[in-house]
Amino acid sequence: MVEVTLWAGLVPLADDQKTVTVEAETIRELLRKLGERYPALSGPIKDQVAVVIDGVVYRNDWSQRIPEGAEVFLMRRLAGG
Amino acid sequence: MSSIAVSTTINGDDVEYLCQADETLLDVLRNRLGLMGSKEGCGTGDCGACSTIIDGRVVCSCLVLGAEAQGRTIETIEGMANGAALHPLQTNFIEHAALQCGVCTPGFLMAAKALLDVNPDPTEEEIRFWLAGNLCRCTGYDKIVRAVQAAAVEMRGEQA
Amino acid sequence: MSFDAGYQSHKFKSVGTRPLRPDGVDKVTGRARYGADFNMPGQLVARVLRSPHAHARIVRIDTAKAEALKGVKAVVTAADLPDLTNGDGALFAILDNCMARTKAMYDGHAVAAVAAIDENVAKAALKLIEVEYELLPHVVDVDAAMQADAPVLNDTIFTTGVDPKPETPSNIANRSEFGHGDVDAGFAAADFIVERSYKTEQTHQGYIEPHACVANCNSDGSADLWVCTQGHFVYRQNCADLLGLEVSKLRVTSSEIGGGFGGKTHVWTEPVALALSRKAGRPVKLVMSREEVFRASGPTSATSIDVKIGARKDGKITGAMATLRYTSGPYPDMWAELGAMTSFACYDLENVKTVGFEVVVNRPKVAAYRAPSAPMAAFAVESAMDELAHKIGVNAVDLRVMNAASEGTKSSYGPVYGPIGIGPTLEAAQSHPHMSAPLGKNQGRGMACGFWFNFGGQTCSDLNVNADGTVGLAVGTVDVGGSRASLSLIAAEELGIDYQDIKAVIADTATLGYNDMTDGSRGTFSSSMATISAARNAIDVMRARAALMWDIPVDDIYWEEGHAKAAGSKYGNLSPLSVKEIAAESGNTGGPIAGHSEMIADGAGVSFGTHICDVEVDPETGSTRIVRYTVIQDAGKAVHPSYVEGQYQGGAAQGIGWALNEEYVYGDDGRLQNPGFLDYRIPVCSDLPMIDTQILEIPNPNHPYGVRGVGETPIVPPLAAIANAVSNAVGVRMSHIPMSPPRILAALNDAAKG
Repeated sequence: MVEVTLWAGLVPLADDQKTVTVEAETIRELLRKLGERYPALSGPIKDQVAVVIDGVVYRNDWSQRIPEGAEVFLMRRLAGG
Repeated sequence: MSSIAVSTTINGDDVEYLCQADETLLDVLRNRLGLMGSKEGCGTGDCGACSTIIDGRVVCSCLVLGAEAQGRTIETIEGMANGAALHPLQTNFIEHAALQCGVCTPGFLMAAKALLDVNPDPTEEEIRFWLAGNLCRCTGYDKIVRAVQAAAVEMRGEQA
Repeated sequence: MSFDAGYQSHKFKSVGTRPLRPDGVDKVTGRARYGADFNMPGQLVARVLRSPHAHARIVRIDTAKAEALKGVKAVVTAADLPDLTNGDGALFAILDNCMARTKAMYDGHAVAAVAAIDENVAKAALKLIEVEYELLPHVVDVDAAMQADAPVLNDTIFTTGVDPKPETPSNIANRSEFGHGDVDAGFAAADFIVERSYKTEQTHQGYIEPHACVANCNSDGSADLWVCTQGHFVYRQNCADLLGLEVSKLRVTSSEIGGGFGGKTHVWTEPVALALSRKAGRPVKLVMSREEVFRASGPTSATSIDVKIGARKDGKITGAMATLRYTSGPYPDMWAELGAMTSFACYDLENVKTVGFEVVVNRPKVAAYRAPSAPMAAFAVESAMDELAHKIGVNAVDLRVMNAASEGTKSSYGPVYGPIGIGPTLEAAQSHPHMSAPLGKNQGRGMACGFWFNFGGQTCSDLNVNADGTVGLAVGTVDVGGSRASLSLIAAEELGIDYQDIKAVIADTATLGYNDMTDGSRGTFSSSMATISAARNAIDVMRARAALMWDIPVDDIYWEEGHAKAAGSKYGNLSPLSVKEIAAESGNTGGPIAGHSEMIADGAGVSFGTHICDVEVDPETGSTRIVRYTVIQDAGKAVHPSYVEGQYQGGAAQGIGWALNEEYVYGDDGRLQNPGFLDYRIPVCSDLPMIDTQILEIPNPNHPYGVRGVGETPIVPPLAAIANAVSNAVGVRMSHIPMSPPRILAALNDAAKG
């Protein structure tokens, strides 16, 4: 089970939940299950989010494994200059 | 508007061209003569990326009319190297990493050459004020100044 | 393909040296070709007609007279760019910004464009385009735009992120909030509190090369675009989407780029050039003038920020709060959110809260500028920290050290940090000779710290071993400051060969797979990951070739110091095979040798920096001179130290300009008054001293060599470091950037009046 903290902008799209718990072993599973549970999330999830696992930012890698007990954040994908 | 015929000398070669009365020397170099080394950064003489040397004096070619080149001696970046042998300023710019994006580099090299031609042993302050007409947004000027200092030493035949 | 990137302790042979860059000769001879240095036969010259009004409805555009002018081959308006964005708000904003569809939203907004046989005809044609505007009230100031009586730019904008949802539209597009703990309790527990409001004016990236492109649309649906860009793959996608072209049929070649800093990560005129070419059936060259660059490309946000920090008398911060109001131009984006995320990111805080408001105004569309949104937030926070240090009576650096984030700290924006360099850079600053140098009359010293994220992203590279043993490396991240040299060093290190035997080039969109753009300090970081991966693949191929050449199992062969070597004493008679030798036989052993990598380079770390600055302020003129400047920053592993130093110095110089002089000046009519380098005053050579740099190397554990991206962090601390220095020099707290002479004089006069 993974406990995901959502960035502020996503919270209203997830029934105002700040943290969500899902069963997922990879980023792919995590994003798919979040989209299934909260359909409003599936739009931003497609290309606006980055997943942070134990402080490391992963932009699009679906195959990235999520270790048991890892701290997971769903963050906005950032712009750089 | 009818064209003006101009005869001039560019990098040691006799050159003839036709240009409009309101055409700048920079436009002539880039669009008529294929000498794209001089860059247009602003078109108003503020950035120095178009710097050329005319009769020994460094000027912004965007502030010179093509017609004004008549009978003059013009040096552009394309003539700075001696064939395959780079000018000491050019080699020192590369060695001292005095360029990042490089678009301001031709202008700086022209301006620096004009400086060392009249003052072979400039102080740091003299270098900085001479080059104040050339804008660089990438380097913060530190390595540019060091490159000019090193080139000056080399050109004076001294050990670094 | 997942990349196993455990950090190894490694004695480097190539990485960390300072060889000459491969594109150096081209650049010092004027041979290198930038955006405006390319021409196609038969090309037309394009010019853009721009709104002279800050806010106006476009009632009517009549292009007939322009189209009839001899020498004009095409005229386009928004009608020639149908809306194919399919509900994608971000893409629609790009479309509308390229060519106004119903309203001109800022002074300089494109409303029409022509392509003609030469510049004179094009300019004459612009004058013949008749545009009827209905002037609308405008607003350009961030705080004014938030007032209830402000003119509303877009009546479909209802503030998101607030509860209850507003019923009337406004200019506040979004509210975002970050933090944890209880700031009220935190402030209640404080012995000292600093509370202040700050303002920063809009600035521009100021790249010396204006945007330029040559676009060519063919009748068979294929197209070419030569353009200066930080991301040719992104430009390809945007242009294809907006014009309805097939992505694979649009070939984008990036020229050498004359500076970008984030301003060339978005398309501005390129879709218009393509639309003109499609209509005229000829190539079109479109080069922006300097005035157009200022008026109609992508400057930063202007901001208004409130900060409150409370601490105990021992220096430990008990509560920190910031409210940040950022402009985004006419189209909402995430700039305030970024500012809110980064505000307190350097610190380990129990109670922190940041709130960001994204505000639309009648100014050009904001684009990223080197660590976007962070410099302004850092200015406000680091100024408050300095004031707090004074109040408590502790040393400025000590206050940071006491509260600095470290590995395991929960960041103010959420995630927990891995190993980071803020502690080491602060310690290095504390013990740097600059800190103890004596100060003269009217001089003051300031310091500040800051950081920026690092991106990974989609990256490919191709590494080809030529038959003579030299290596060609094709990468997809545009080289903005010397990365071809760094990547060649990396390939040399991995393969174990000479740097001189490697030639790195930037491939175009048709010859390499997709690469995310050079932003987020990712150019060297991601392409080096891909280069290492490609090199390792090539090594595997070369081991297999050696196996064939020796007739032994490939498992008995290892790679060391640029050679295939046979393991074990039974192969004692086999002398190692060099790359040259293996390559020479490649025609017999299986054909050309190559290694490829297509990956998502993840695991980017962050890069922290601390700056120290001494200034001298003339109390009679308010003029500030930078006396001494030091940049201390963590690079993880400096691949080519000269170019890492270059990033530190360049970012600091931009920050110095931003802090002291640069700003967009608007008249009451909402028009930009200083769209040129004369009055938009960036630092010149005589303004600056030598800029000292110190490279720290706290390895990024997620990169094989520990590399961290470094390009953006250097612009984050300067605004605050200089504000603190000026404030200390004049004895008055400065809270409005830039601290131009009139502002400093006004502050001194106000203080004198008491």
